[in-house]
Amino acid sequence: MAELLEVRDLFIRYETVDGVVEAVNGISLKLDKGSTLGLVGETGAGKTTLAKGIMRLVPNPPGKITKGEIIFNGKDILKLSEADMRKVRGKEISMIFQDPMTSLNPVMTVGEQIAEVISIHEKVSSKGAMEKAKEMLEMVGIPAERAEEYPHQFSGGMKQRVIIAIALACNPSLLIADEPTTALDVTIQAQVLDMMKKLKDKLNTSMILITHDLGVVTQTCDYVAIMYAGEIVEYGSLRDVFKNPQHPYTNGLFGSIPSLAEDVDRLKPIKGLMPDPTNLPKGCKFNPRCEYAEEICRCQSPETTEVKGIHVVKCFKAQGLV
Amino acid sequence: MEEKVKRTELLQVKNLKKYFKTPKGMLHAVDDVSFSLHEGETLGVVGESGCGKSTMGRAILRLHEPTSGEVIFKGENILKFDKKRMKKLREEMQIIFQDPYASLNPRMTVSETIIDPLIIQGKYKKSDKEGLQKKVREIMDLVGLSQKLINTYPHELDGGRRQRIGIGRALALNPKFIVCDEPVSALDVSIQAQVLNLMQDLQEELGLTYMFITHDLSVVRHISDNIAVMYLGQIVEKAPAKLLFKNPLHPYTHALLSAIPVPDPDYKMKRILLQGELTSPINPAPGCRFAKRCIHATPECSQQEYSLKEVEPGHFVACSRFNEIKN
Amino acid sequence: MEKVQKKEKTLFQESWRRFKQNRLAMVGLGFLGLLTMISITTTIIDVVTDNRVYDTYVISQNLVMRLKGPSAEHIFGLDEFGRDIFLRMLWGTRYSLFLGAIGILASTIVGGTLGAIAGFYGNAIDNIVMRFMDILLAIPSILLAIAIVAALGPGLVNILIAIAISYIPTFARVVRAKVMSIKDQEFIEAARAVGASDARIIFKYIIPNSLAPIIVQATLGVAGAILSIAGLSFLGLGIQPPMPEWGAMLSNARTYIRDAWHITVIPGLGIMLTILSLNLVGDGLRDALDPRLKN
Repeated sequence: MAELLEVRDLFIRYETVDGVVEAVNGISLKLDKGSTLGLVGETGAGKTTLAKGIMRLVPNPPGKITKGEIIFNGKDILKLSEADMRKVRGKEISMIFQDPMTSLNPVMTVGEQIAEVISIHEKVSSKGAMEKAKEMLEMVGIPAERAEEYPHQFSGGMKQRVIIAIALACNPSLLIADEPTTALDVTIQAQVLDMMKKLKDKLNTSMILITHDLGVVTQTCDYVAIMYAGEIVEYGSLRDVFKNPQHPYTNGLFGSIPSLAEDVDRLKPIKGLMPDPTNLPKGCKFNPRCEYAEEICRCQSPETTEVKGIHVVKCFKAQGLV
Repeated sequence: MEEKVKRTELLQVKNLKKYFKTPKGMLHAVDDVSFSLHEGETLGVVGESGCGKSTMGRAILRLHEPTSGEVIFKGENILKFDKKRMKKLREEMQIIFQDPYASLNPRMTVSETIIDPLIIQGKYKKSDKEGLQKKVREIMDLVGLSQKLINTYPHELDGGRRQRIGIGRALALNPKFIVCDEPVSALDVSIQAQVLNLMQDLQEELGLTYMFITHDLSVVRHISDNIAVMYLGQIVEKAPAKLLFKNPLHPYTHALLSAIPVPDPDYKMKRILLQGELTSPINPAPGCRFAKRCIHATPECSQQEYSLKEVEPGHFVACSRFNEIKN
Repeated sequence: MEKVQKKEKTLFQESWRRFKQNRLAMVGLGFLGLLTMISITTTIIDVVTDNRVYDTYVISQNLVMRLKGPSAEHIFGLDEFGRDIFLRMLWGTRYSLFLGAIGILASTIVGGTLGAIAGFYGNAIDNIVMRFMDILLAIPSILLAIAIVAALGPGLVNILIAIAISYIPTFARVVRAKVMSIKDQEFIEAARAVGASDARIIFKYIIPNSLAPIIVQATLGVAGAILSIAGLSFLGLGIQPPMPEWGAMLSNARTYIRDAWHITVIPGLGIMLTILSLNLVGDGLRDALDPRLKN
């Protein structure tokens, strides 16, 4: 499969009054055309910052991409002018945000909102754009007549469908979905995920799905990257990571969610808290919470090493050094 | 002793109703709900947003005054209590909230937050600084908060710690019964597990009875003895936790369980995708409220009223066709 | 399991830290501090010297020197009665500042209480209180003040009453809106769940959380009140000559604006700088007390 996106050694930081937040610390990843990558991590892991970095939407100030390359379709988008970048956004890469309630403009009909994106990026008449908008609505399972309605007339699940329609309107080659179903109820989540998967296959769109829900990842993703404190600590195919987790943090995440199949009296949580991003620990960033941590983990940062094939991990224990 | 055979009944809810007036009509947020809870038991209440689970929890505590029904706590109908007795009763019935950001007074420190209920209920005098201090430290220990946080404000703490303060405030009065309204939903998974373990430890140590309201089905299965599934203001199915997951009988429970994303690539579950979305129960039509979305519905379903029926020991369901559906 | 705990800070300290970073607001605060010092000093001088300084230098006329421009001896020059404008500015500070502050304090207390009651109890009480406020709001505040002063007659106390009444609706609205948003927060429900009474909820939970917008509104209100006082004096309804109130000075000076610019410009500048400082401080306070509004 052809490569669509490659992120190389990306660093993003925010300079705030409380200090420098090191949000993304040397992330590298690759994504093939048509495949889906799940980006998993907890609050403050840097998932959303990474996504915004790829869209070049990191607010500056206080945010800044300090190092790295983002190669999309063979060109480094960090080197594009802002005008060229605007042509990429929405047309080639689009993004879905978490909260369907605030992502739509309340004073425009949903049809107009979809048509707007189309007319920005494609040379069509306003009538043609509206027609395409209605097609998009049908595609996400909303009757075309409802194009005339305003967002407040839609339920949460329906709004999220409209947002997906907007994101896919220009047939982008990459869709970044930031917790697209977190605000939805579980039965609605199932509907939306199901639809996203079908559309993605139909349009051959690549997707980066940001979530904290390992269950959602299982259902939609081909590859998984586990993020912790701005780093990818483990990466591999869905099966690699879920069936053979190597990093203690990945294991900890699995131990933290109650299983539906097994009965356990107590969960096995990861001890401690996410580190303060303005004051990250020395060495392996997970070491203060890691039950296996030894001296080397406290002073040296582990390299990313291969487990098997594409499955990689960033941990001294997995390397056999601890 | 009889207690060993059957634990004593602590709370009984009978035909509880809570209606709200809205411009569009009467909203039947909680509509004729009955169940009972034994001492030391955890009843999980699951349902999607708008199903009335939070309103039910608040109606039982009379934080929302119920429209009708009975809430019998330790043998007495508390809906008949006057203001004074109700205030006294609050010592025994407490609540833990979902949002650890909104549920703490931003202008009160950890110790002030924990002290407040003690002073309100007259357990300690405000002048008894030493006694209060000791009690606060005791509670902070109990919920796993470090002593040095005693004078911090909520905004300085993370979600997990704030939730521990919320739990500490609820426990300050030594309650018997606690309504837990989505207590871990706003927390990250690793913190969520820590808080769940804490709540289980506290239950064992202090003999607490929980009503655990959540939309997270894997959490509810983990923590509950019994589970009640709510849909549009009514309980549609109630069963022991494991049994409900093994043998769900109501079509809505089926759909709900099949929608859970399971984090196991080998797990294959037949999806029952529900059509349409939840409406709100404003002036609901008679008959089964799920009928409109139910794939098994017959015309009769929207005509008759259904109440919970015990179909196997401990397993209640409100559906007339569950037997036919099963096959 | 404990990691490095951030330095413990009260909300006040944290707000102050944020406020300090706002340079303009600090300049404004500095200027207001200076004005306060001047007001206090002049008052002390009057008390100690039994108004001797005031009588000889501030209000006694010297028509020979009238309308003299600024010089080394009189840095702001002299006014139409030959009085030193610098000294009159200094002595005038206290009227604007104190009247504005006390007037607003009164309307904050009355308006705030009304707003809190309306917001907390809602329904009929809310309707009655707020419709009354709407009526007050429908009358331009300066007209209302003029009407009150015209009815009661000019004088320090009457001006205070006029200012206080005309600002009540603003505070009632601000406090009501804030109380209504706080009332529905979960921590209020939590307080009810432990059996707290209405009074306790209002005083311990709602008021401390509504202070921020009240303080901001009050700061901006003082600016408005000073303008109103100056306006009333300008119209001849406020503080009466020979008291050196800035608005009155401006009013008397306008006849001579062609001959002696300094006697209009200086009191005008004084009013302007004070208002500007108050607004800067008000904006700074808003950002410092409620950082969510920023960004």
